[in-house]
Amino acid sequence: MSARLIWRKSLNVFMLSLTGLCALLTVSALFFILGYLIWNGGKDLSWSFFTHLPAPVGEVGGGMANAIVGSLKLLLLAALFGVPIGLLGGVYLAEFGGRTVPFLVRYTADLMNGVPSIVMGIFAYALVVMPMHHFSTLAGGIALGIMVIPTVLRNTESFLRDVPRSLREGSFALGANKWRMVATVVLPAASRGILTGVLLALARVAGETAPLIFTAFGNRYWSPGWMQPTSSLPVIIYTYATGPYEDWHRQAWAAGLVLLGLVLVTNILVRAFLTRGTAYERT
Amino acid sequence: MSSAFPLMANSGVSAATSTDKTSAHTPTMSTSGANTLRMKVTKLNFYYGKNHALHNVSMDVATNKVTAMIGPSGCGKSTLLRTLNRMHETLRHTRLEGEIALDGVNILTLDVTKLRRMVGMVFQKPNPFPKSIYENVAYGLRINGHAGRLDDAVEKSLRRAALWDEVKDKLHKSAYALSGGQQQRLCIARALAVDPEVLLLDEPCSALDPVNTAKIEELLFELKPTCTLVIVTHNMQQAARVSDSTAFMLNGDLIEFSPTGHMFTTPSDPRTEAYITGRFG
Repeated sequence: MSARLIWRKSLNVFMLSLTGLCALLTVSALFFILGYLIWNGGKDLSWSFFTHLPAPVGEVGGGMANAIVGSLKLLLLAALFGVPIGLLGGVYLAEFGGRTVPFLVRYTADLMNGVPSIVMGIFAYALVVMPMHHFSTLAGGIALGIMVIPTVLRNTESFLRDVPRSLREGSFALGANKWRMVATVVLPAASRGILTGVLLALARVAGETAPLIFTAFGNRYWSPGWMQPTSSLPVIIYTYATGPYEDWHRQAWAAGLVLLGLVLVTNILVRAFLTRGTAYERT
Repeated sequence: MSSAFPLMANSGVSAATSTDKTSAHTPTMSTSGANTLRMKVTKLNFYYGKNHALHNVSMDVATNKVTAMIGPSGCGKSTLLRTLNRMHETLRHTRLEGEIALDGVNILTLDVTKLRRMVGMVFQKPNPFPKSIYENVAYGLRINGHAGRLDDAVEKSLRRAALWDEVKDKLHKSAYALSGGQQQRLCIARALAVDPEVLLLDEPCSALDPVNTAKIEELLFELKPTCTLVIVTHNMQQAARVSDSTAFMLNGDLIEFSPTGHMFTTPSDPRTEAYITGRFG
């Protein structure tokens, strides 16, 4: 009896410690990466990093202004292509679909989420780069936009489904038709969650490298307009980190820090935004 | 009809408290309107999938009167109420047979959005939209393309719902800042804004305390001259207090439908008597 009790107690303690240790490992991985980046990249981060073009090989200094702007332009395009499709598709899944079609769409979206990003790059290459015969910001934006779609779609759907039925009925009872009801009651009620999902999806693709190698390619100079190859933070990190020069390595660290900082700040802002509560009362 | 219950005192209170409602006392309410029918349900059968929820229900809704529906949970009273503005169509796998007429026109032939403008609804739990008080009331007007001044219409509806004085200084605050009872009156104001001929109320007081319940009941008396009311209630005393006629339902059958005074004093069906005297339900 007593031996059994000791066994149960020790098992309890052991399992608690094990789960706690795993949780700690997860968190420490993030802090380790962050600390390592700050340690290595922080010292090369200066104002000129944000304002100057990359210096020619052999020269010290220079910055990555074109890569930062390029990344922002790519994200803007990704949002323009991906968000409307994902958003309206999510509305369809949550509000208008029957049973079979939404099941298929949902399944496809989940599969798409699992497609390796390099495959997305090849797809965008075949779709945009081949017909146009050159790399471009546009092609990169489309590649990232495709990657944004499944996340926004599923996220929008789940937030719309969370809007209580009573609000829909209230709108129907006043003579709204379905689209009117969705546009004036359900979407506004879910808007905060939907926006959060959109920002998180964009933050995720901000770090994608593989789909950009075949599409946006890279550029040591400014990329005017949308039809030229452009530099971007993930690709320049890849190029610099694998390059032969010591100075490039240091710059890659700094670029990594900037990229992670951007994503992290977005994440934190989004969480702060979301914890202000839902727009409707929980039942 | 005279009721044996002391409840009609309520209507006296409401008449005394309302100052600007005297003009609403049109002659229709007392004499000639008594026999006109606003809605008529004929041989209604209703199914949720294979579940036969309403059996051959026929019932009349008198113009500018309060019609109450009582009965134990699951008896079909809410189902019947929701067929009156075709809210059942928002659910899948429902089927309706029979006829429901509004002013002599079969509602199944009407455009459903038009029907719901004429037959409004207030729900069991207050369900204001996550918008301001003003926007809640204006909602029905906006989606139906209101022509006149929105401000006036909003004020009028809030006054009709006896909420104006409490909210006039915070019209642009969130509706969720209101108490439960105020939220329910806001929902009534929202429904009244589109000027419905009939207002359906699905247990409107079940989530409210007695004080707020009394306020809603007073409001029903004030609305009666201008609007036909159908109320589903769990509370038999409430049915006795507010209604002119009462329908008693049991297991999807309409057991008895008679003037309220009659129903609560000399019910003609033994099952009605058993229910209202508290022997079951």
